[in-house]
Amino acid sequence: MKVELKVNGQTRIADVEPRQTLLDTLRDDLHLTGAHAGCEHGVCGACTVLLDGDAVRSCLIFAVQADGYDITTIEGLAPAPGELSVIQDAFCETHGMQCGYCTPGMVLSAHTLLQRTLTPSREDIVDAISGNICRCTGYGQIVEAVEMAADRLRKSNALRAAHEVSK
Amino acid sequence: MKPAPFEYIRPESLAQVCELLAADEDARIIAGGQTLVPMLAMRLARPARLIDILRLPGLSGIREEDGAVVIGATTRQAHALQNALVRSALPLLAQALPWVGHPPTRNRGTVGGSIANADPSAEIPLVAVTLGADIVFATPQGETSMPADDFFIGPMVTSISPGDCISAIRFPVWSHQRIGVGFHEISARKSDFAFVSAAAQVAVDEEGRCIEIALGVGGVGDRALRLDVSHLVGTRLDTTSIAEAVTAVAAGLEAASDLHASADYRRRVAVTLGARALGDAYADAGGKHPTGAAR
Repeated sequence: MKVELKVNGQTRIADVEPRQTLLDTLRDDLHLTGAHAGCEHGVCGACTVLLDGDAVRSCLIFAVQADGYDITTIEGLAPAPGELSVIQDAFCETHGMQCGYCTPGMVLSAHTLLQRTLTPSREDIVDAISGNICRCTGYGQIVEAVEMAADRLRKSNALRAAHEVSK
Repeated sequence: MKPAPFEYIRPESLAQVCELLAADEDARIIAGGQTLVPMLAMRLARPARLIDILRLPGLSGIREEDGAVVIGATTRQAHALQNALVRSALPLLAQALPWVGHPPTRNRGTVGGSIANADPSAEIPLVAVTLGADIVFATPQGETSMPADDFFIGPMVTSISPGDCISAIRFPVWSHQRIGVGFHEISARKSDFAFVSAAAQVAVDEEGRCIEIALGVGGVGDRALRLDVSHLVGTRLDTTSIAEAVTAVAAGLEAASDLHASADYRRRVAVTLGARALGDAYADAGGKHPTGAAR
Protein backbone atom coordinates (compact mmCIF):
# COMPACT_ATOMS: atom_id res chain seq x y z
CA MET A 1 0.00 0.00 0.00
CA LYS A 2 1.15 3.53 -0.76
CA VAL A 3 1.28 5.83 2.23
CA GLU A 4 1.93 9.53 2.37
CA LEU A 5 3.67 10.52 5.58
CA LYS A 6 4.46 14.00 6.77
CA VAL A 7 7.79 13.58 8.53
CA ASN A 8 9.70 16.51 10.02
CA GLY A 9 7.72 18.91 7.86
CA GLN A 10 8.29 17.05 4.59
CA THR A 11 5.82 14.86 2.74
CA ARG A 12 7.36 11.46 2.05
CA ILE A 13 5.84 8.59 0.13
CA ALA A 14 6.53 4.95 0.91
CA ASP A 15 5.21 1.68 -0.45
CA VAL A 16 4.61 -0.58 2.53
CA GLU A 17 3.02 -3.84 3.53
CA PRO A 18 0.20 -3.25 6.05
CA ARG A 19 2.16 -5.17 8.68
CA GLN A 20 5.12 -2.81 8.44
CA THR A 21 5.42 -0.61 11.52
CA LEU A 22 5.98 3.11 11.33
CA LEU A 23 9.35 2.43 12.98
CA ASP A 24 10.52 0.11 10.21
CA THR A 25 9.19 2.50 7.56
CA LEU A 26 11.08 5.43 9.07
CA ARG A 27 14.28 3.44 9.35
CA ASP A 28 14.25 1.25 6.26
CA ASP A 29 12.29 3.27 3.70
CA LEU A 30 12.93 6.86 4.75
CA HIS A 31 16.43 6.22 6.17
CA LEU A 32 15.66 8.10 9.37
CA THR A 33 17.53 5.81 11.74
CA GLY A 34 17.29 8.03 14.81
CA ALA A 35 14.25 6.16 16.09
CA HIS A 36 15.78 2.95 17.46
CA ALA A 37 14.38 -0.55 17.30
CA GLY A 38 14.64 -1.99 20.79
CA CYS A 39 12.03 -4.44 22.00
CA GLU A 40 9.66 -3.94 19.05
CA HIS A 41 6.65 -4.65 21.22
CA GLY A 42 6.03 -1.42 23.05
CA VAL A 43 8.00 -1.86 26.24
CA CYS A 44 11.29 0.02 25.91
CA GLY A 45 10.47 3.38 24.32
CA ALA A 46 13.61 3.49 22.13
CA CYS A 47 11.38 3.99 19.06
CA THR A 48 9.55 7.05 20.44
CA VAL A 49 8.46 9.64 17.87
CA LEU A 50 5.97 12.51 18.05
CA LEU A 51 2.56 12.28 16.38
CA ASP A 52 1.00 15.75 16.27
CA GLY A 53 3.36 16.68 19.10
CA ASP A 54 2.51 13.73 21.37
CA ALA A 55 5.11 11.09 22.18
CA VAL A 56 4.11 7.65 20.92
CA ARG A 57 5.80 4.33 20.25
CA SER A 58 6.45 3.98 16.52
CA CYS A 59 6.72 0.19 16.87
CA LEU A 60 3.05 0.07 17.92
CA ILE A 61 1.70 1.92 14.89
CA PHE A 62 1.58 0.59 11.39
CA ALA A 63 2.75 2.97 8.69
CA VAL A 64 -0.65 2.60 7.00
CA GLN A 65 -2.22 4.15 10.13
CA ALA A 66 0.13 7.11 10.25
CA ASP A 67 -0.99 9.19 7.27
CA GLY A 68 -2.33 12.63 8.06
CA TYR A 69 -0.32 13.08 11.23
CA ASP A 70 2.56 15.47 11.76
CA ILE A 71 5.37 13.04 12.52
CA THR A 72 8.49 14.34 14.26
CA THR A 73 11.55 12.15 14.70
CA ILE A 74 14.71 12.97 16.59
CA GLU A 75 16.15 14.21 13.28
CA GLY A 76 13.50 16.94 13.29
CA LEU A 77 14.43 18.47 16.64
CA ALA A 78 17.72 20.18 15.88
CA PRO A 79 17.33 23.76 14.62
CA ALA A 80 19.87 23.25 11.80
CA PRO A 81 22.24 20.57 10.51
CA GLY A 82 25.15 20.16 12.90
CA GLU A 83 23.33 21.89 15.73
CA LEU A 84 21.57 20.52 18.77
CA SER A 85 18.31 21.47 20.42
CA VAL A 86 18.54 22.86 23.95
CA ILE A 87 17.40 19.50 25.33
CA GLN A 88 19.91 17.51 23.25
CA ASP A 89 22.66 19.85 24.37
CA ALA A 90 21.68 19.40 28.03
CA PHE A 91 21.87 15.61 27.62
CA CYS A 92 25.45 16.00 26.35
CA GLU A 93 26.43 18.35 29.10
CA THR A 94 25.10 16.27 32.01
CA HIS A 95 26.21 12.97 30.46
CA GLY A 96 22.56 11.98 30.27
CA MET A 97 23.56 8.99 28.18
CA GLN A 98 26.14 6.26 27.91
CA CYS A 99 25.47 3.88 25.04
CA GLY A 100 22.95 6.30 23.54
CA TYR A 101 20.42 3.69 22.48
CA CYS A 102 17.57 5.12 24.54
CA THR A 103 18.59 8.75 24.03
CA PRO A 104 16.41 9.73 21.04
CA GLY A 105 13.34 8.44 22.87
CA MET A 106 14.36 10.14 26.11
CA VAL A 107 14.94 13.45 24.33
CA LEU A 108 11.56 13.30 22.56
CA SER A 109 9.72 12.39 25.78
CA ALA A 110 11.46 15.29 27.51
CA HIS A 111 10.59 17.52 24.56
CA THR A 112 6.83 16.88 24.94
CA LEU A 113 7.07 17.56 28.68
CA LEU A 114 8.88 20.86 28.19
CA GLN A 115 6.41 21.88 25.49
CA ARG A 116 3.72 21.70 28.19
CA THR A 117 5.66 23.25 31.06
CA LEU A 118 9.04 24.82 31.70
CA THR A 119 8.71 24.36 35.45
CA PRO A 120 8.38 20.58 35.75
CA SER A 121 8.79 18.96 39.16
CA ARG A 122 11.08 15.98 39.51
CA GLU A 123 7.95 13.78 39.59
CA ASP A 124 6.75 15.31 36.30
CA ILE A 125 10.09 14.46 34.70
CA VAL A 126 10.14 10.93 36.06
CA ASP A 127 6.58 10.40 34.86
CA ALA A 128 7.36 11.81 31.41
CA ILE A 129 10.27 9.40 30.89
CA SER A 130 8.66 6.48 32.75
CA GLY A 131 7.95 4.75 29.45
CA ASN A 132 11.57 4.93 28.29
CA ILE A 133 13.96 2.29 29.56
CA CYS A 134 17.66 3.09 30.04
CA ARG A 135 19.99 0.28 31.05
CA CYS A 136 23.14 2.40 31.48
CA THR A 137 22.73 5.64 33.36
CA GLY A 138 20.49 4.78 36.27
CA TYR A 139 18.34 7.71 35.11
CA GLY A 140 19.89 10.25 37.50
CA GLN A 141 21.76 12.19 34.83
CA ILE A 142 18.82 11.98 32.46
CA VAL A 143 16.59 13.69 35.01
CA GLU A 144 19.37 16.25 35.53
CA ALA A 145 19.53 16.86 31.78
CA VAL A 146 15.81 17.60 31.61
CA GLU A 147 16.06 19.89 34.64
CA MET A 148 18.95 21.75 33.02
CA ALA A 149 17.13 22.06 29.71
CA ALA A 150 14.01 23.39 31.47
CA ASP A 151 16.12 25.93 33.31
CA ARG A 152 17.83 27.09 30.10
CA LEU A 153 14.57 27.32 28.20
CA ARG A 154 13.04 29.36 31.02
CA LYS A 155 15.91 31.80 30.85
CA SER A 156 16.13 31.95 27.08
CA ASN A 157 14.90 34.84 24.98
CA ALA A 158 13.20 32.59 22.47
CA LEU A 159 9.58 33.30 21.62
CA ARG A 160 7.18 31.10 23.49
CA ALA A 161 3.60 30.07 23.12
CA ALA A 162 1.15 32.45 24.81
CA HIS A 163 0.20 29.95 27.52
CA GLU A 164 3.83 29.69 28.62
CA VAL A 165 4.27 33.45 28.84
CA SER A 166 1.12 33.96 30.86
CA LYS A 167 2.31 31.59 33.61
CA MET B 1 9.21 -9.31 16.32
CA LYS B 2 7.36 -8.72 13.08
CA PRO B 3 3.63 -9.39 12.72
CA ALA B 4 2.37 -11.97 10.26
CA PRO B 5 0.81 -10.49 7.08
CA PHE B 6 -2.72 -9.12 7.27
CA GLU B 7 -5.08 -7.05 5.21
CA TYR B 8 -5.74 -3.49 6.45
CA ILE B 9 -9.14 -1.88 6.08
CA ARG B 10 -10.32 1.53 7.26
CA PRO B 11 -14.13 1.53 7.08
CA GLU B 12 -16.23 4.69 6.93
CA SER B 13 -19.06 3.76 9.28
CA LEU B 14 -19.85 1.62 12.30
CA ALA B 15 -22.37 -0.34 10.22
CA GLN B 16 -19.61 -1.21 7.80
CA VAL B 17 -17.42 -2.35 10.72
CA CYS B 18 -20.15 -4.79 11.82
CA GLU B 19 -20.54 -6.03 8.23
CA LEU B 20 -16.81 -6.63 7.86
CA LEU B 21 -16.63 -8.41 11.21
CA ALA B 22 -19.60 -10.60 10.36
CA ALA B 23 -18.13 -11.51 6.97
CA ASP B 24 -14.81 -12.76 8.29
CA GLU B 25 -14.25 -14.50 11.59
CA ASP B 26 -10.51 -13.88 11.24
CA ALA B 27 -11.04 -10.11 11.29
CA ARG B 28 -10.07 -8.06 14.34
CA ILE B 29 -10.73 -4.47 15.28
CA ILE B 30 -7.73 -2.21 15.83
CA ALA B 31 -8.01 1.19 17.50
CA GLY B 32 -5.02 2.47 19.54
CA GLY B 33 -3.28 -0.88 19.10
CA GLN B 34 -1.31 -0.61 22.32
CA THR B 35 -2.17 -4.17 23.34
CA LEU B 36 -3.02 -5.71 19.97
CA VAL B 37 0.16 -4.68 18.15
CA PRO B 38 2.48 -6.32 20.73
CA MET B 39 0.34 -9.45 20.44
CA LEU B 40 0.69 -9.31 16.66
CA ALA B 41 4.44 -8.72 16.95
CA MET B 42 4.81 -11.74 19.22
CA ARG B 43 2.43 -13.60 16.91
CA LEU B 44 0.12 -14.43 19.78
CA ALA B 45 -2.58 -13.05 17.50
CA ARG B 46 -2.68 -13.63 13.72
CA PRO B 47 -5.82 -12.04 12.32
CA ALA B 48 -6.27 -12.11 8.54
CA ARG B 49 -7.76 -8.62 8.51
CA LEU B 50 -7.41 -5.56 10.71
CA ILE B 51 -10.34 -3.17 10.74
CA ASP B 52 -9.13 0.25 11.86
CA ILE B 53 -11.85 2.18 13.72
CA LEU B 54 -9.63 4.92 15.11
CA ARG B 55 -10.78 7.59 12.68
CA LEU B 56 -14.44 6.66 12.50
CA PRO B 57 -16.46 9.85 12.92
CA GLY B 58 -18.50 10.14 16.12
CA LEU B 59 -16.64 7.42 18.00
CA SER B 60 -14.30 9.76 19.86
CA GLY B 61 -15.22 12.44 22.38
CA ILE B 62 -16.59 12.99 25.86
CA ARG B 63 -20.04 14.39 26.63
CA GLU B 64 -22.53 14.65 29.47
CA GLU B 65 -25.87 12.96 28.91
CA ASP B 66 -28.75 12.16 31.31
CA GLY B 67 -26.73 11.97 34.52
CA ALA B 68 -23.86 10.14 32.87
CA VAL B 69 -20.57 10.94 31.20
CA VAL B 70 -20.38 9.17 27.87
CA ILE B 71 -16.87 8.49 26.61
CA GLY B 72 -16.56 7.50 22.98
CA ALA B 73 -14.76 4.20 22.43
CA THR B 74 -11.83 5.63 20.50
CA THR B 75 -11.23 8.52 22.92
CA ARG B 76 -7.52 8.48 23.78
CA GLN B 77 -6.72 7.71 27.40
CA ALA B 78 -4.55 10.85 27.46
CA HIS B 79 -7.48 12.99 26.29
CA ALA B 80 -9.76 11.51 28.95
CA LEU B 81 -7.12 12.27 31.57
CA GLN B 82 -6.89 15.91 30.50
CA ASN B 83 -10.65 16.35 30.08
CA ALA B 84 -12.32 18.88 32.40
CA LEU B 85 -15.64 16.99 32.49
CA VAL B 86 -13.90 13.75 33.50
CA ARG B 87 -12.00 15.59 36.23
CA SER B 88 -15.11 17.21 37.67
CA ALA B 89 -17.79 14.54 37.14
CA LEU B 90 -15.74 11.31 37.10
CA PRO B 91 -13.01 11.90 39.69
CA LEU B 92 -12.48 8.16 40.16
CA LEU B 93 -11.62 7.70 36.49
CA ALA B 94 -9.38 10.78 36.63
CA GLN B 95 -7.55 9.26 39.58
CA ALA B 96 -7.16 5.84 37.91
CA LEU B 97 -6.03 6.99 34.45
CA PRO B 98 -2.45 7.99 35.41
CA TRP B 99 -1.95 4.32 36.34
CA VAL B 100 -2.84 3.18 32.81
CA GLY B 101 0.41 2.50 30.95
CA HIS B 102 2.83 5.37 30.34
CA PRO B 103 2.34 8.79 28.72
CA PRO B 104 3.26 7.51 25.21
CA THR B 105 0.88 4.54 25.40
CA ARG B 106 -1.90 6.74 26.81
CA ASN B 107 -1.42 9.11 23.87
CA ARG B 108 -2.38 6.30 21.54
CA GLY B 109 -4.37 3.82 23.67
CA THR B 110 -8.14 4.26 23.81
CA VAL B 111 -10.69 4.01 26.61
CA GLY B 112 -12.81 1.54 24.61
CA GLY B 113 -9.76 -0.54 23.74
CA SER B 114 -8.96 -1.11 27.39
CA ILE B 115 -12.57 -2.16 28.01
CA ALA B 116 -12.58 -4.51 25.00
CA ASN B 117 -9.29 -6.07 26.06
CA ALA B 118 -10.76 -6.97 29.49
CA ASP B 119 -7.48 -7.46 31.30
CA PRO B 120 -8.34 -8.46 34.90
CA SER B 121 -5.76 -6.01 36.26
CA ALA B 122 -6.64 -3.06 34.00
CA GLU B 123 -7.73 0.18 35.64
CA ILE B 124 -10.45 1.40 33.25
CA PRO B 125 -12.48 -1.85 33.50
CA LEU B 126 -12.09 -1.64 37.30
CA VAL B 127 -13.55 1.87 37.37
CA ALA B 128 -16.34 0.79 34.99
CA VAL B 129 -17.29 -2.14 37.23
CA THR B 130 -16.94 -0.15 40.47
CA LEU B 131 -19.19 2.67 39.26
CA GLY B 132 -21.59 0.38 37.40
CA ALA B 133 -20.92 1.81 33.93
CA ASP B 134 -22.75 0.63 30.83
CA ILE B 135 -20.85 -0.59 27.80
CA VAL B 136 -22.53 0.64 24.60
CA PHE B 137 -21.86 -1.30 21.41
CA ALA B 138 -22.97 -1.54 17.83
CA THR B 139 -24.36 -4.83 16.57
CA PRO B 140 -25.61 -5.76 13.10
CA GLN B 141 -29.13 -5.20 14.56
CA GLY B 142 -28.33 -1.74 15.93
CA GLU B 143 -26.98 -0.16 19.09
CA THR B 144 -27.33 -1.87 22.46
CA SER B 145 -25.72 -1.72 25.88
CA MET B 146 -24.86 -3.90 28.83
CA PRO B 147 -23.77 -3.27 32.46
CA ALA B 148 -19.98 -3.57 32.88
CA ASP B 149 -20.50 -6.28 35.47
CA ASP B 150 -22.20 -8.51 32.86
CA PHE B 151 -19.79 -7.47 30.11
CA PHE B 152 -16.61 -8.84 31.69
CA ILE B 153 -16.57 -12.64 31.96
CA GLY B 154 -12.94 -13.56 32.57
CA PRO B 155 -9.38 -12.73 31.54
CA MET B 156 -9.60 -11.11 28.07
CA VAL B 157 -13.09 -12.59 27.70
CA THR B 158 -16.23 -10.47 27.35
CA SER B 159 -19.83 -11.22 26.49
CA ILE B 160 -19.67 -9.17 23.30
CA SER B 161 -20.31 -11.13 20.08
CA PRO B 162 -17.59 -11.33 17.43
CA GLY B 163 -19.61 -9.14 15.04
CA ASP B 164 -20.07 -6.28 17.54
CA CYS B 165 -18.02 -3.16 18.15
CA ILE B 166 -17.91 -1.06 21.32
CA SER B 167 -18.98 2.50 20.56
CA ALA B 168 -18.98 4.17 23.99
CA ILE B 169 -18.81 3.71 27.74
CA ARG B 170 -21.50 5.39 29.82
CA PHE B 171 -20.19 6.19 33.31
CA PRO B 172 -22.89 7.20 35.84
CA VAL B 173 -22.32 10.53 37.59
CA TRP B 174 -23.28 10.83 41.24
CA SER B 175 -25.41 13.85 41.94
CA HIS B 176 -24.48 14.22 45.64
CA GLN B 177 -22.72 17.35 46.86
CA ARG B 178 -19.86 15.73 48.78
CA ILE B 179 -18.11 13.03 46.81
CA GLY B 180 -14.67 11.58 47.38
CA VAL B 181 -12.55 8.97 45.66
CA GLY B 182 -9.59 6.75 46.45
CA PHE B 183 -7.42 4.61 44.19
CA HIS B 184 -4.51 2.35 45.12
CA GLU B 185 -2.45 -0.12 43.17
CA ILE B 186 0.55 -2.37 43.66
CA SER B 187 2.72 -3.49 40.76
CA ALA B 188 6.37 -4.44 40.28
CA ARG B 189 7.14 -1.11 38.60
CA LYS B 190 5.06 2.01 38.10
CA SER B 191 2.47 1.39 35.41
CA ASP B 192 3.21 -2.30 35.02
CA PHE B 193 0.25 -4.64 35.30
CA ALA B 194 -1.27 -4.36 38.77
CA PHE B 195 -0.99 -7.33 41.11
CA VAL B 196 -3.91 -5.79 42.96
CA SER B 197 -5.72 -2.48 42.55
CA ALA B 198 -8.58 -0.96 44.51
CA ALA B 199 -11.00 1.84 43.67
CA ALA B 200 -13.54 3.52 45.94
CA GLN B 201 -16.05 6.33 45.64
CA VAL B 202 -18.01 7.61 48.62
CA ALA B 203 -20.68 10.31 49.05
CA VAL B 204 -21.39 11.75 52.49
CA ASP B 205 -24.02 14.09 53.97
CA GLU B 206 -23.35 17.24 56.06
CA GLU B 207 -22.91 15.11 59.16
CA GLY B 208 -20.29 12.89 57.53
CA ARG B 209 -22.58 9.89 57.17
CA CYS B 210 -22.23 7.83 54.00
CA ILE B 211 -25.02 8.20 51.47
CA GLU B 212 -23.56 6.00 48.78
CA ILE B 213 -20.49 3.76 48.58
CA ALA B 214 -18.86 1.96 45.68
CA LEU B 215 -15.81 -0.26 46.12
CA GLY B 216 -14.04 -2.45 43.60
CA VAL B 217 -10.85 -4.48 43.30
CA GLY B 218 -8.87 -5.49 40.23
CA GLY B 219 -6.14 -8.04 39.60
CA VAL B 220 -7.39 -10.39 42.32
CA GLY B 221 -9.71 -12.68 40.42
CA ASP B 222 -10.18 -13.25 36.72
CA ARG B 223 -11.94 -9.90 36.28
CA ALA B 224 -12.56 -6.65 38.13
CA LEU B 225 -14.98 -7.15 41.01
CA ARG B 226 -17.39 -4.80 42.73
CA LEU B 227 -17.56 -5.46 46.47
CA ASP B 228 -20.78 -4.90 48.36
CA VAL B 229 -20.23 -2.71 51.41
CA SER B 230 -23.65 -1.08 51.24
CA HIS B 231 -24.36 -1.86 54.92
CA LEU B 232 -21.98 1.04 55.71
CA VAL B 233 -24.45 3.51 54.18
CA GLY B 234 -25.90 5.74 56.91
CA THR B 235 -22.82 5.40 59.13
CA ARG B 236 -19.68 7.43 59.75
CA LEU B 237 -16.63 5.40 58.75
CA ASP B 238 -13.72 4.64 61.06
CA THR B 239 -10.71 2.35 60.81
CA THR B 240 -12.51 -0.52 62.49
CA SER B 241 -15.71 -0.38 60.49
CA ILE B 242 -13.77 -0.09 57.23
CA ALA B 243 -11.41 -2.96 58.11
CA GLU B 244 -14.30 -5.19 59.16
CA ALA B 245 -16.39 -4.43 56.11
CA VAL B 246 -13.56 -4.86 53.60
CA THR B 247 -12.24 -8.01 55.28
CA ALA B 248 -15.72 -9.53 55.19
CA VAL B 249 -16.06 -9.05 51.43
CA ALA B 250 -12.45 -9.36 50.21
CA ALA B 251 -10.71 -11.88 52.44
CA GLY B 252 -12.59 -14.81 50.92
CA LEU B 253 -12.28 -13.81 47.28
CA GLU B 254 -11.26 -16.40 44.76
CA ALA B 255 -7.81 -15.23 43.69
CA ALA B 256 -5.32 -16.22 41.04
CA SER B 257 -1.78 -17.44 41.77
CA ASP B 258 1.00 -16.75 39.28
CA LEU B 259 4.71 -16.00 39.07
CA HIS B 260 4.21 -12.52 40.48
CA ALA B 261 1.95 -13.09 43.45
CA SER B 262 0.23 -15.93 45.27
CA ALA B 263 -3.53 -16.05 45.72
CA ASP B 264 -3.09 -15.53 49.45
CA TYR B 265 -0.96 -12.43 48.90
CA ARG B 266 -3.53 -11.03 46.47
CA ARG B 267 -6.36 -11.50 48.98
CA ARG B 268 -4.39 -9.83 51.77
CA VAL B 269 -3.40 -6.91 49.56
CA ALA B 270 -6.99 -6.58 48.32
CA VAL B 271 -8.13 -6.13 51.94
CA THR B 272 -5.38 -3.59 52.68
CA LEU B 273 -5.74 -1.56 49.49
CA GLY B 274 -9.54 -1.77 49.57
CA ALA B 275 -9.53 -0.33 53.10
CA ARG B 276 -7.03 2.35 52.10
CA ALA B 277 -9.05 3.37 49.03
CA LEU B 278 -12.25 3.50 51.07
CA GLY B 279 -10.61 5.55 53.82
CA ASP B 280 -9.16 7.99 51.31
CA ALA B 281 -12.49 8.31 49.50
CA TYR B 282 -14.29 9.01 52.78
CA ALA B 283 -11.76 11.67 53.80
CA ASP B 284 -11.81 13.15 50.29
CA ALA B 285 -15.59 13.44 50.50
CA GLY B 286 -15.28 15.55 53.61
CA GLY B 287 -15.52 12.93 56.32
CA LYS B 288 -12.71 12.64 58.87
CA HIS B 289 -9.84 10.45 57.67
CA PRO B 290 -10.30 7.19 59.55
CA THR B 291 -6.61 6.96 60.47
CA GLY B 292 -6.39 10.63 61.33
CA ALA B 293 -3.69 10.92 58.67
CA ALA B 294 -3.29 14.19 56.83
CA ARG B 295 -3.86 14.00 53.10
